[in-house]
Amino acid sequence: MSAKKQTYSGNQGLVLEEALIFEIGVASKCGVDMEAIPDTGSMLGDCAAEQAVDLPGLSEPEAMRHYVRLSQKNHSIDAGLYPLGSCTMKHNPRLNEKMARLPGFGDIHPLQPQSSVQGALQLMDTLAHWLKTLTGMPAVALSPKAGAHGELCGMMAIRAAIEAKGELATRKRVLVPESAHGTNPATAALLGFKVDGIPADANGRVDLQAFKAKLSENGGEDVAAIMLTNPNTCGLFERDIIEIADALHEVGGYFYCDGANFNAIVGRVRPGDLGVDAMHINLHKTFSTPHGGGGPGSGPTVLSDRLAAFAPLPFVVDEGDGFKLIEDASQTDQPSFGRMVAFHGQMGMFVRALSYMMSHGSDGLRQVAEDAVLNANYVLASLKDVMTAPFNGPCMHEALFDDGFLKGTGIDTLDFAKAMIDEGYHPMTMYFPLVVHGAMLIEPTETESKATLDLFIGTMRDLVAGAKSGDLARFKQAPELAPRRRLDETLAARNPVLRWRQPEPDTQVTGQAAE
Amino acid sequence: MRYLPLTQIDRQDMLATIGVASVDDLFVDVPHAAHRAENVDLPRHQSEMQVERQLAAMASKNTSASQVPFFCGAGAYKHHVPATVDHIIQRSEFLTSYTPYQPEITQGTLQYLFEFQTQVSELTGMPVANASMYDGSTAAAEAVLMAHRVTRKTRAVLSGRLHPHYTAVIENLSEMGGFHVAQTPLQLDDLSNDDVLALIDDDTSCVVIQNPDFFGNVSDFTALAAKVQEKGCLLIAVVPEVISLGLLKRPGDMGADIVVGEGQSLGNGLNFGGPYVGLFAAREKHIRQMPGRLCGETVDADGKRGFVLTLSTREQHIRRDKATSNICTNSGLCSLAFTAHMTLLGGQGLQHLSKLNHARAVQLVEALTSVDGVSLVNRAFFNEFAIRLPRSAAEVVEALADKGVLGGVPASRLLPHGNLDDVLIVAATEVTSEQDIEAYQTALQEVLS
Repeated sequence: MSAKKQTYSGNQGLVLEEALIFEIGVASKCGVDMEAIPDTGSMLGDCAAEQAVDLPGLSEPEAMRHYVRLSQKNHSIDAGLYPLGSCTMKHNPRLNEKMARLPGFGDIHPLQPQSSVQGALQLMDTLAHWLKTLTGMPAVALSPKAGAHGELCGMMAIRAAIEAKGELATRKRVLVPESAHGTNPATAALLGFKVDGIPADANGRVDLQAFKAKLSENGGEDVAAIMLTNPNTCGLFERDIIEIADALHEVGGYFYCDGANFNAIVGRVRPGDLGVDAMHINLHKTFSTPHGGGGPGSGPTVLSDRLAAFAPLPFVVDEGDGFKLIEDASQTDQPSFGRMVAFHGQMGMFVRALSYMMSHGSDGLRQVAEDAVLNANYVLASLKDVMTAPFNGPCMHEALFDDGFLKGTGIDTLDFAKAMIDEGYHPMTMYFPLVVHGAMLIEPTETESKATLDLFIGTMRDLVAGAKSGDLARFKQAPELAPRRRLDETLAARNPVLRWRQPEPDTQVTGQAAE
Repeated sequence: MRYLPLTQIDRQDMLATIGVASVDDLFVDVPHAAHRAENVDLPRHQSEMQVERQLAAMASKNTSASQVPFFCGAGAYKHHVPATVDHIIQRSEFLTSYTPYQPEITQGTLQYLFEFQTQVSELTGMPVANASMYDGSTAAAEAVLMAHRVTRKTRAVLSGRLHPHYTAVIENLSEMGGFHVAQTPLQLDDLSNDDVLALIDDDTSCVVIQNPDFFGNVSDFTALAAKVQEKGCLLIAVVPEVISLGLLKRPGDMGADIVVGEGQSLGNGLNFGGPYVGLFAAREKHIRQMPGRLCGETVDADGKRGFVLTLSTREQHIRRDKATSNICTNSGLCSLAFTAHMTLLGGQGLQHLSKLNHARAVQLVEALTSVDGVSLVNRAFFNEFAIRLPRSAAEVVEALADKGVLGGVPASRLLPHGNLDDVLIVAATEVTSEQDIEAYQTALQEVLS
């Protein structure tokens, strides 16, 4: 049972219950004052609806309270450490927000005359310059909407290049390490490629011998690409990466690098020096644009000389006396693979990312990588005597542990994570990567202070001691202090309730606030 | 550097704990050939004020929609966003939170997603909606792939009056995935969508139509939907302007099997094309073939109502190469802006807003078609319409811009080979004032005379 005191309202001090808008609002209520409707007659033809949509409205104070109360049920990077491995939950500077809201960026239309948006095109061109310089790559496609969309962009460019060489019928195989993000195989499959897994070696990296064996099947003539994350999802740099790239290029394949973990090397290592042909960059990870509860992201994708000509539409060219947006295949001689999205990409994120890059500069970005790696190694070094690290360090920007230290305690990775919630932490990434058992992947990022890390380390050590001493309740009952206790995910999936419906009379809704 | 908390003393202490002499020792796995001792060739760090000055200088070169009489649409619309909405989406707990994978401490995000799904479901007249997609165009492409999965067929038929960018995105993804697309010829004389029927063959999984279409035409497609379904295909309806749903028949009520849309108009600014928020709604029987995240209701260990991401066995992080889509993120914060704005409006408020949009468009049509040589293409429209001009629309738009009026989008910008040089697509919304309309009419008169 929960340790919480029972209250009449269901509220717990500052933890306030909040009903759904459908339970507190009415369709006739409106929190927006509008002008009267001029009497013009209708030009809607046969398509006019007979009645208003049945959705509740709230007055402005009610709406504000509703959303503020909901917000208080969220953990956030502003409020505390958010060490989700592979997600790079770093501080989101508010200068970026202010810049994105300048009317000259936030209030311009994608299809207004290009002469009236020269500053916006200049911003895109400047961002492209920074991204190309930081990665050492000759071209970048800005339009992908998120990381997975950037992957799609890179793989589409690779597919287009293979097609241009007349090898589409033969090059069908894409090599994907078992430690890869799920988006990698999903992207390859979406484009009709056959996914061929490569195992990890005992050091948590691509097994070079296994890779070479896979490559030599059919003389490598059927290999389209490898999709490799570097630093990889175990938080390790792929030492053999140049050798992998060279061997791949020798048989005519392309190297797609998943750039999710670019934060570990930004300003210090250029992917272009590693033989990469395409890599997406998550602006919402490395370049601090907010995660926003699951988006919007932005996934610009850098391309090598072998792929640059196939870059998607649209793109910006600097014509000397002004910038021009190339929007249609007829405006360019390049064999672009076409369009991935309406309009030009996530402009709001471009502004934020450039604001961040300019703030840090070349020297600051290098320090970002160094501090991110330092923080992760500090956590690794401070916990590896009580938790189990499957691979020898040093790590890059994230520290990976397995559940070996929980063996025999009756507590699993999930229980451990939920107990962290009661301690005020968002859990690390769990059960990923798949190559170690009960994985716990901790990425502190460079924006955490030593004091924050020391308290976190102390807490983790205390939790480990609790687990080993048999304090099962602390883990099995957890979380007890969060706005909700463990939620029944099986019930949610077995009987999906994906929208609110008017309840039948006589049914009681639990957890509803008494307003 | 203001974003980095570690001091030099901290760094030394931490290196000592780790047991290495310098941070370079932590990068030992980087191959020597890729090692760079120097900073990359970019400017060094700058103060907040310095960055602000440079970016503001770039921003000032652009003409913003609020500065001038403004009439651009074609898939992105200028609406008034209440100040409350922008405050809500800047709440730290929403702005700086991740995807709600730990539901106990992300009920705020999950509850608004559940409310968002319900609102989208009601607006479109469909039983279920997902937690959003990147934007309208990618939602449309995902809908086509879903129709292929549901019907186990491989070909899509598109209306010629689908937004050309949406067409391009669908065609591109389809071709790369080994699927086929056919499109009806573009014409503005017969405004019914019945020509799609002739293109349906045995391999066709779906028909994609847009309402309002790219030229602003609206029509009741109930009869068409029935005919499409008789041929064993799904009808996918694209809604490019969500405000239209406050006044038009709902696509679900007209028989659509999948409804996708661009939700930018509610809560989200123009942002030069993104970020926006894709809407995706479907029939209950197809839930398990839907792409994207779904939020579902459940209970916690104390029996209290709560919400979780659910049916994730469809998704890439579980199913990998067998997933319904490669999508990982949705458009979380934009869906919050959408749902907060919709909550402020309510059903009747939305209807009022829609009527205001329509009335302004009707007034604008009257004003513009009173100019010699200008004629209206549409028989019925919502807040956007197409006019034929006696001259090239692209030239007219440039000349209008010189006079301080952003008068719309020339059809030829998106359809350079469509033989539509004289067609201009014009939108009016609640932000369009009577003075704006007058200014446009006067400027157009001057440009054409």
